[in-house]
Amino acid sequence: MTKPLAHIRNFAIIAHIDHGKSTLADRLIQTCGGLEEREMKEQVLDSMDIERERGITIKAQTVRLAYKAKDGIEYQLNLMDTPGHVDFSYEVSRSLASCEGSLLVVDSTQGVEAQTLANVYQALENDHEIIPVINKVDLPAAMPEEVAKEVEDVIGLPAADAVFCSGKSGIGIGELLEAIVRKLPPPLEGDETKPLKALLVDSWYDSYLGVVILVRVIDGTLKKGMRIQFLNTRAVRDIDRVGMFTPKPVLIDELGPGEMGFITASIKDISETQVGDTITEEKRQCTERLPGFKPSVPMVFCSLFPVDAKQFEDLRDALGRLKLNDASLHYEPENSQALGLGFRCGFLGLLHMEIIQERLEREYDLDLIPTAPSVVYHIYKTNGEKMELYNPVDMPDVVRIDHIEEPWIKATILTPDEYLGGLLQLCEERRGEQITLTYAGHRAMMEYYLPLNEIVFDFYDRLKSISKGYASFDYEIYGYRESDLVKMEIKVNGEPVDALAMIVWRKNAEKRGRQLCERLKELIPRQMFKIAVQAAIGGKIIAAEHISALRKDVTAKCYGGDVTRKRKLLEKQKKGKAKMRQYGNVDIPQSAFINALKMGDDK
Amino acid sequence: MPGGLFAVYVHWPFCLSKCPYCDFNSHVSAAVDHDAWRRAFENGIARTAALTPGRTVTSVFFGGGTPSLMEPRTVETVLEAIARHWTLDRRAEVTLEANPTSVEAGRFADFAAAGVNRVSLGIQALNDTDLAFLGRTHSAEEALDAIAIAKRSFPRSSFDLIYARPGQTVRSWQDELQQALDLAAGHLSLYQLTIEQGTRFATLHARGAFEMPDDDTAGALFETTREHLAAAGMPAYEISNHARPGQESLHNLTYWRYGDYAGIGPGAHGRLTIDGRKLATRGHRAPAIWLPRALSEDGHGDHVPEEVSPQEQATEILMMGLRLAEGVPLSRFESETGKPLHEWIDARKIDALRGEDLLSPEKETLRATDSGMQRLDGILKYLLG
Ligand SMILES: Nc1nc2c(ncn2[C@@H]2O[C@H](COP(=O)(O)OP(=O)(O)OP(=O)(O)O)[C@@H](O)[C@H]2O)c(=O)[nH]1
Ligand SMILES: C[S@@+](CC[C@H](N)C(=O)[O-])C[C@H]1O[C@@H](n2cnc3c(N)ncnc32)[C@H](O)[C@@H]1O
Ligand code: SF4
Ligand SMILES: [Mg+2]
Repeated sequence: MTKPLAHIRNFAIIAHIDHGKSTLADRLIQTCGGLEEREMKEQVLDSMDIERERGITIKAQTVRLAYKAKDGIEYQLNLMDTPGHVDFSYEVSRSLASCEGSLLVVDSTQGVEAQTLANVYQALENDHEIIPVINKVDLPAAMPEEVAKEVEDVIGLPAADAVFCSGKSGIGIGELLEAIVRKLPPPLEGDETKPLKALLVDSWYDSYLGVVILVRVIDGTLKKGMRIQFLNTRAVRDIDRVGMFTPKPVLIDELGPGEMGFITASIKDISETQVGDTITEEKRQCTERLPGFKPSVPMVFCSLFPVDAKQFEDLRDALGRLKLNDASLHYEPENSQALGLGFRCGFLGLLHMEIIQERLEREYDLDLIPTAPSVVYHIYKTNGEKMELYNPVDMPDVVRIDHIEEPWIKATILTPDEYLGGLLQLCEERRGEQITLTYAGHRAMMEYYLPLNEIVFDFYDRLKSISKGYASFDYEIYGYRESDLVKMEIKVNGEPVDALAMIVWRKNAEKRGRQLCERLKELIPRQMFKIAVQAAIGGKIIAAEHISALRKDVTAKCYGGDVTRKRKLLEKQKKGKAKMRQYGNVDIPQSAFINALKMGDDK
Repeated sequence: MPGGLFAVYVHWPFCLSKCPYCDFNSHVSAAVDHDAWRRAFENGIARTAALTPGRTVTSVFFGGGTPSLMEPRTVETVLEAIARHWTLDRRAEVTLEANPTSVEAGRFADFAAAGVNRVSLGIQALNDTDLAFLGRTHSAEEALDAIAIAKRSFPRSSFDLIYARPGQTVRSWQDELQQALDLAAGHLSLYQLTIEQGTRFATLHARGAFEMPDDDTAGALFETTREHLAAAGMPAYEISNHARPGQESLHNLTYWRYGDYAGIGPGAHGRLTIDGRKLATRGHRAPAIWLPRALSEDGHGDHVPEEVSPQEQATEILMMGLRLAEGVPLSRFESETGKPLHEWIDARKIDALRGEDLLSPEKETLRATDSGMQRLDGILKYLLG
C-alpha cells in the first residue's frame, strides 16, 4: 500500500557550505529510527571516500523516514541532503525541482552567507515552502536571535517561524520534525489511477545493483516487472527492483504518487538514463512530459589525456560512469597534436574539476595529464569568423585575430567587515569592477564584476585565506566582454608544454610567467642537462629560469657481478617513465605540471 | 667468443669482520672447512668448463670477501683445476684481493708461489681516523707495510681507496692522493663512498649519524681525482680505475668489454657465450646453500642459467662499455647484438648527448666525454631507461 498524499512530505535541506546539513540529516535519521544506533556515524549520508576525507557533501542523497507525529499519524518523509559548495549547485537545483519544501539551515555562529542566499532564491523559484533552521545553537558563540533577525532582514522570511536547533546535540529536533509535517505542504497533485508519470531525479552506478535510478513518482504506480519507457531517450526496460533508502537500500513492492525511491532495470547503456527525463509505462503512456531540469552550464574547462594512450577507452568509460552520477560534468573527445586523444571536460568550478580528476585516478585507476584550467573565449577573426576557444593550444595565430572576448561574472561576496579591505584589494587586483557595497550589521556585501579567468585559478582560496575562512562567495555568469588577452606558452628547453599553455591578460602576463617559471624551477628535478624554463608570448620570452645540470650522477663500482642487477634496475626505471613527459631532451614528472598550476600568487 | 678474452672469477665469501659500508656477498664465519671449499671450487670449475670446452683462460680473479684468508693451497688447487679443464694462458693475469693486515701480508709469498701474479689491496684510507670510521681492522702503518710487501712479492699490484668520505675536503683528498701516487705500482682503484642498502652505514646515515658530501662536493672530488691522476700519468681507464698505460686490469676490462667470464662460488655471476647464445649464470648467494650443492654428485651450486636477449645484451654492453675511457667500438656492438646502434637507440638521443658534450662526436665509437663520465647514470637512463 502506498501512502496517501496528505501523509507524505518531500523536502530538501539546503545551506551554505558547512552549516550542518548532513549532521542535521543524521539526527533526523536517528530520531526516526532509520538506522540502528550501531550503524550511525557522523554525516552518514556522505558515503563516498572523497566526501568523508574532505568533510563535504558532493552528491545529494535521498532518504525515506517514517515519522509518527503528535497528531498520531505516521508520515513518510523524503529528505534530500544537498551539497553546500557552489561547484555542486547542480545537485541542489535538481533536488529542489524534485520536492515541495526546504529546510534552510543557517549556522547560528556564522549567519547568512552567499550560498544561503543563492539557495533561497532557487527554492523560491521552485515555489517551495521554506522553514528557516537556525543551527548549531549548542555552540557558545551561537547568536540564534541575531541570526534569526538577519534571516528576516536579509532574506525576508518571518523569523517567528524559525526553528532553533543543533544537529550535533539534538536540541530542537523534535520541534523541527513537527514543523516539517505542519508547515511543509504534501505533494500537490498525484493520481494513482492515471498512467505512470515519474521524474528521473538522479542515477549512478552501484557495483552490486548496477545502474540505480532515483525517481519521484507524480501519477500512477511503479511496480517490479513493469515495462517502462524513458520518454526522452525512448529506451524501454523492465523494472527488476523497486526500493527505497533508509539510508540502507531496502526493496519494496511499489512506489505510488508523491513517493520517492529507486528502481533498477538492467540498464547497460548509461546514455539511456538522462536526469530530468520522464518515466512512464510502455503500454499505457502519460500524455505529457515533465519539464525536466535546466541543463547545467560548465564554467571551467580543461582537457584530460591518458598518460598511456591505451587507456583512452578506459577514460571514456570512466567519464561515462561519472557523468551518470554527476549530470553537471560535460565532456567530448578531443584530439591534440601534442597530447594525443583525450577529452575536453567542462566543470562547474575548480573544486568540481579537482574532484573529478581525483575520482578518475582513484576509482578508475587512470593516469591523467590535465591541461591548465581555462574558460571559453570568443575569438573574432579578421576574416569575420567567430570561434569558441576551449584549449589555449588551439588559439589561432595573432595576425588572424581581430579581437578576443572573455566571460565575466557577477560576484557576490559576504564578509565580516574587518576583512573588507583585503577583499576589496583582491578584487581590484583581479581586474574587478565594483557594482555595490552594502552593510548589514557587521557584515558587508560586495558585488563585483570580475573576469571568470581571474577566478578560475585560486580566487576562492585567496578569498578564504584573506578572510580567515569567514567570507563567502557566489557568482553567476554576466556576459562576454572584449579584453586584451594573449596566449602565454611555457617552454622547457625550447619546447612548448601544451599542458601549461594559458590565456592571460596582457598586463599580468609577465608576472604570471615569472611565477610559473620560478615554481617549475622548484618542481623539476635536476638532470644531466641544463634545463631552461621559459614563458613566452608569441615567440618573445618574457620570463626564464634555469635549472643547472646535476654535477655528478655515476655509480662508483660496477663489475661483472652487478650487471644483471643494474640492468634490471634500468628496465624498471623504464616502466616508471610512463609518468614522465619528455620535452626536448628532458624528462619531467607529470606531478610537476599539476603542482605548478596549483600555485597561488603568494609571491 | 672462443679465441677472445675469457676470464674466471672465483668468489671467497668470508671476512674477519663485516665493514659497515660493504654490501658484497661476504660473511663472518667462525669455522671454514677449507678442504670442502677446495673440492667445491674444483667441482664448479669442472661443471662450467663442460659447458664451455676448449677456451683459453686469459685471467683469473680471486675476489671476496677476503680471498687473502684462503689457504694458499686452495688458490693452487683452483689454478690447477682451471688449467686442467680449460687451457690457462701462460701470460694469464691472476689477481687476488687482499686485506692489508700483517697476518695476510705474511702469506703473500705463498700466494705468489701458488700462481698469483697480481694483488689488489683494500687499503681504503691512509689515515687512522678515516680507517676507524670505515670500520677497518688495519692501521695506516700496516697498510704501508702491506703495500711494500706486495710490491716485493708480486710483479703487479694495486690498491683501493674510498673517497668522498664525510667531511672530506678537496684539499685533504689531494694530499692523500699524492701520497697514494707515491706508493702506487701502476694501478689504483679509487671509489667514491656509496651508501648501499642493507648496510650498517645505510642505517646510521638514515638516522643522521653522519652527513655525506653533497653532489657538488662529490663532483669536485671526482674531478680533482681525474685531473690529478691524469697529470701524474695514471689516467682513469674506467670510472674508478686508474693505471699507467699497459697496467690496466685485464680481468676487469673483460667485464667492461663484455667478454665472456665464468663465475665460480657463492653469488658469483658469469656470462657465457654458448652456441651463439649468451647465458647468464649465478651461484646461490648463501655459502651454506652453495657449498653442499656444489659438493653433491649430481647437483651444482648455480641457479638455472638465464638467456640474455639481444636487447638485454645491447643494454649490458653499453652499461659496461661506456664506463671505459675507450668507449664502445660500434663495429663490435653491431656484431654482438646483430644490429647497428641506431636500431636499438633513437639516433636523436645520441645526437642530443653529443650536442651537450656528454658523448664525444667520434663516429666509430660511442664514448663518454669527461663531463659525460660524471653523469653516466643519467646518460644510461636517458638512452636505455
Ligand atoms: N557544534 C556543532 N557543530 C556542528 C553542528 N552541525 C554540524 N556541525 C559541524 O560542522 C561541520 C560541518 O557539518 P556538515 O554536517 O558536514 O555540514 P554540511 O552543511 O553538510 O556541509 P556541506 O555538505 O559540505 O555543505 C562538521 O564539523 C560538523 O561536526 C551543530 O549543530 N553543532
Ligand atoms: C670486494 S671489495 C673488498 C675487497 C677486500 N675484502 C677489502 O675489503 O679490501 C672491493 C672494493 O670495493 C670498494 N667498496 C666496497 N664497498 C664500497 C662502498 N660501499 N662504497 C665505495 N667503495 C666500496 C672497496 O674499496 C673495496 O676494497
Ligand atoms: S670490504 Fe672487504 S673486508 Fe670488508 S666486509 Fe667487504 S669484503 Fe669483507
Ligand atoms: Mg553535507
